[in-house]
Amino acid sequence: MNSAEAHGSPAFHLLGPVDQIPLGEGRAFAVDGEQVAVFRLRDGALRALAAVCPHRGGPIADGTIDRQVVICPLHQHAFDLATGCSTTGQEPLRSYNVTLDGDRNVVLQTGV
Amino acid sequence: MTSVVDRPQGRHATTPPRRRLVVIGNGMAGARAVEEILARGGAGQFTITMFGDEPYGNYNRIMLSHVLSGEESHADIFLNSLSWYRENNITLHAGVRAERIDKFTRHVFSSYGRVTPYDVLIIATGSRSHMPPMDGLHTPGGSVKQGVFGFRTIDDTQRMVAHAQQEHHRRAVVIGGGLLGLEAAYGLRSHGLDVEVVHSGGHLMNSQMGPDGGAVLRRSVEALGIGVHTGSRTTAVLGTDRVTGISLRDQPEISCDMVVVAAGIRPNVDLAVLSGLPVERAIVVDDRLRVQDEEDIYAVGECVQHRGEVYGLVAPLWEQAVVLANHVTGADTSAAYLGSRTATKLKVAGVEVASMGLHGPERDSDEHIVFSEPSRGVFKSIVVRDNKMVGATLLGDSRKVAFLTQAYDRGLPLPEERHNLLFDLGAPDGDVGVAELDDDAQVCNCNGVNKKALVGAVKGGCTTVAGAMDATRAGKGCGSCKLLVQQVVEWAAGGAVEEDPAAGYYVPGIPLDKPALMDEIRKRGLRSVSQVFQALAPGSLEDAKSKMGLASLLKMMLADHYIDERDARFINDRVHANIQRDGTFSVVPQMKGGVTSVQQLRRIADVAEKHKVPLIKLTGGQRIDLLGIPKEDLPQVWADLDMPSGYAYGKSFRTVKTCVGKDFCRYGTGDSTKLGIEIESRFQGIESPAKLKLAVSGCPRNCAESLVKDVGVVAVEGGRWEIYVGGAAGAHIRKGDLLATVDDPEQVKVLTGRFMQYYREQANWLERTYAYVPRVGIEHLRAVVVEDSEGIAARLDTAMQASVDNYVDPWSERNDPLTPGQFRTSLPLTVLPQVPVQ
Ligand code: SRM
Ligand SMILES: Cc1cc2nc3c(=O)[nH]c(=O)nc-3n(C[C@H](O)[C@H](O)[C@H](O)COP(=O)(O)OP(=O)(O)OC[C@H]3O[C@@H](n4cnc5c(N)ncnc54)[C@H](O)[C@@H]3O)c2cc1C
Ligand code: SF4
Ligand code: FES
Repeated sequence: MNSAEAHGSPAFHLLGPVDQIPLGEGRAFAVDGEQVAVFRLRDGALRALAAVCPHRGGPIADGTIDRQVVICPLHQHAFDLATGCSTTGQEPLRSYNVTLDGDRNVVLQTGV
Repeated sequence: MTSVVDRPQGRHATTPPRRRLVVIGNGMAGARAVEEILARGGAGQFTITMFGDEPYGNYNRIMLSHVLSGEESHADIFLNSLSWYRENNITLHAGVRAERIDKFTRHVFSSYGRVTPYDVLIIATGSRSHMPPMDGLHTPGGSVKQGVFGFRTIDDTQRMVAHAQQEHHRRAVVIGGGLLGLEAAYGLRSHGLDVEVVHSGGHLMNSQMGPDGGAVLRRSVEALGIGVHTGSRTTAVLGTDRVTGISLRDQPEISCDMVVVAAGIRPNVDLAVLSGLPVERAIVVDDRLRVQDEEDIYAVGECVQHRGEVYGLVAPLWEQAVVLANHVTGADTSAAYLGSRTATKLKVAGVEVASMGLHGPERDSDEHIVFSEPSRGVFKSIVVRDNKMVGATLLGDSRKVAFLTQAYDRGLPLPEERHNLLFDLGAPDGDVGVAELDDDAQVCNCNGVNKKALVGAVKGGCTTVAGAMDATRAGKGCGSCKLLVQQVVEWAAGGAVEEDPAAGYYVPGIPLDKPALMDEIRKRGLRSVSQVFQALAPGSLEDAKSKMGLASLLKMMLADHYIDERDARFINDRVHANIQRDGTFSVVPQMKGGVTSVQQLRRIADVAEKHKVPLIKLTGGQRIDLLGIPKEDLPQVWADLDMPSGYAYGKSFRTVKTCVGKDFCRYGTGDSTKLGIEIESRFQGIESPAKLKLAVSGCPRNCAESLVKDVGVVAVEGGRWEIYVGGAAGAHIRKGDLLATVDDPEQVKVLTGRFMQYYREQANWLERTYAYVPRVGIEHLRAVVVEDSEGIAARLDTAMQASVDNYVDPWSERNDPLTPGQFRTSLPLTVLPQVPVQ
């Protein structure tokens, strides 16, 4: 684990161009030992959650999304895209701050 | 004779000895009485033993009508499972019949030589089907002739279903046109049989309604494709070893393969008579439900006669059970049962009938308000005496049933304007009515759920109507109390009731049913899922749960005008493979009609070897499944296979299963493999509201299981082909209904396509044909699809052709992914480059 994170201070990771994530879908990234699903909403906004479903390990990045939630493809549990809280009674997914830089690259923040 | 003497277990020196409570009859009344006793601390007072003739726990007999029609499975109607008895320390002798009571020494003698002592006894033996005298009902050996059924128990129902589903059984006669008879007729009709109801009365349901209502009802029943013969007395059941028909007095014989006798019930009183208890029409009880002149013997349910009345419905027995339990446990020794007012409802989908009390005026001063609109199947009649309602009959419009039932039950004063009773005026609005209801007022009569139980469920967190219904089972019998259930839930939730994402919507996120949704899409020229949300969703909000259904609908409607947004698809349809528990996918190449070749087999073998496929499996759909393929390998696997997709993942046309057919099979009368391959080639990949699985068999031996497919084709003698629709053998089992018999395989393809197109346009999202076909009825489908009664056949054919023409093998996307990272792995992520810290 990266030492900045161990101390709880934020670390920023460049995930590359936003175009690698189609509108309305998610893609998974390995970031500093963590598995993160980054979603690009239809209005262009980004959201990032832990990529592994707490229910039975389903691939969250393969889920179906709207502006509020992502639905896991395996057993249809739903998670709030902003907070990671499950709306169907599962444990929450960790959520991450995610933004775009000036070159339309995805920037993910870990370690807070 | 050896005998076993039951000795209650678990007596303890320090606690006072518990008394021995024995219950004979483990049906709705017996089990309910025990539940009420337990609720009053009975477990501390009694060791409980129950005898049940049926080898099961207690189930909801009412629901047998739904089990017969296939709307419920028999496993779902149990009220008390065997574990319930264990958990409550009740000794249940299931499948054991009590034969005699010695009321002097207080013992029950039962089958298998068992002798059981009691301190308190409850008799709840219910009723049985009445078999009116007619010739030929029995075999010379004395058993009921094969093909004749009563309609009372789970076993009756299962035997009927099995009999109805035998392929050569096509016609059924139901004797009796009352509630039970009509429900039996409807149930058998759902299995595709031709059904005739033979009723000795002058009109249907004559104990519940007058002749005018009966005439309207008859039209509605006939509209279901059920034949009705009133004023007809059956004189004999024909056939030597099995049923071949019935004969009627003064009328021609009716031939049939099965007969259901629903001509009334008779209380089970043999045991009581044999044991010297007072029996008139049934076992005579007093207002405490105690058998007349007996200190320690109670009786409850359909086997009792109270103040001259014998009931044949459940509502009275819920009330009886409460009074009985109060006395048996001593919880309230002043409790008295004073009789019940009964209301009945018919549980036949599409024919709403409710009736209570008188069906016509009896005194000169009685008022009678009638509204009749036979063409719509609507009839309403109310009898008023002294400004109180004393009877009502409602057909075809049940909106007022909840209020009228309350007005009737509770003797509420009526509005001045009597017609307000029949129409949507004047009744107290939901809130007032519900707030006034007593806590223990019964809301759902079928399942005996009172207001308190429903309110409890809401307080316990079930804040949707559907949730509260699931938790209490209220509204899950005949369904006619749903409105009242809804009002109670809303009232209990104090306005915080969550809207059920209305059942009628095509998808939960757009408040429109399918026709209205399709209409709007057409009118506004919407072409993509996001446009539909934008234009039609409340607040233009997207809804993840609605995306897949909308994508399928738009593709069906628009063919190549559809703007395909990949995010609207479920992952399976984005990568054209079925996702599995570990996030890998399965690959099922097309293998039309289950026919393959050396080349295909060799290629599949090579691919499996090259990609180290963990499992190669023959599927139930007659093709080969390569399981455990990582997402990122899918394009290469497809490239190496160089075979089209078999669509084993989508809500779409799947496969056509075939048998060897006439070229090889010694029985084959039609070339089933050829036709199957042609059908699969034509309709491959067509999306639909739910999966479509087809089959073609070369003769009625049906080796391709055509009778249980969404569309199943069977070659019959003379070069003809039968087309069945709506069959299933998955989560539900249903024999398909015969749509048509045609001479020519080309005609099979036309009708198959036309049926599927009509289904695509009409069915609800995820509604398989096994639900859709019985919902709309095979007659209707036959009329539209075969006879072109609506003049839309040509349009349907054209629309299907457009979809066929628009087919592109999705696995061709392998060379040119449609979206960036379409096949990038989502888990596990070890293959991804690590991203540097900024
Ligand atoms: C592969 C196969 C089992 C096998 O090894 O033979 C299969 C596998 C699955 N079936 Fe099936 N069904 C398979 C034949 C059947 C059959 C038999 C048949 O097609 O002749 C049935 C009964 C007929 C029917 O469709 O009703 C069948 C009834 C179901 C059902 C119940 C549908 C229903 O409403 O009754 C489901 C669940 C669903 O659709 O919601 C289901 C769902 C599934 C899914 C897709 C579950 C899922 O969503 O992941 C399974 C995929 C497993 C996987 O990891 O890939 N499968 N499934 C069969 C593929 C047939 C093919 O070649 O296309
Ligand atoms: C298909 C169908 C649909 C119905 N629909 C409705 C409806 O919509 N609304 C409504 O109000 N009512 C309806 N009813 C009627 C309702 O089911 C009965 O009123 C109710 O079941 C009566 O309960 P019970 O306990 O008195 O009798 P049962 O439920 O018949 O229970 C009696 C039990 O006692 C057992 N038994 C009998 N003799 C002995 C013995 N000697 N030893 C041991 N066990 C014995 C029997 O095997 C049976 O299991 C319907 C009935 C049927 C068959
Ligand atoms: S029956 Fe079908 S859905 Fe169930 S485990 Fe087998 S393949 Fe999966
Ligand atoms: S693994 Fe995600 S819902 Fe089951």
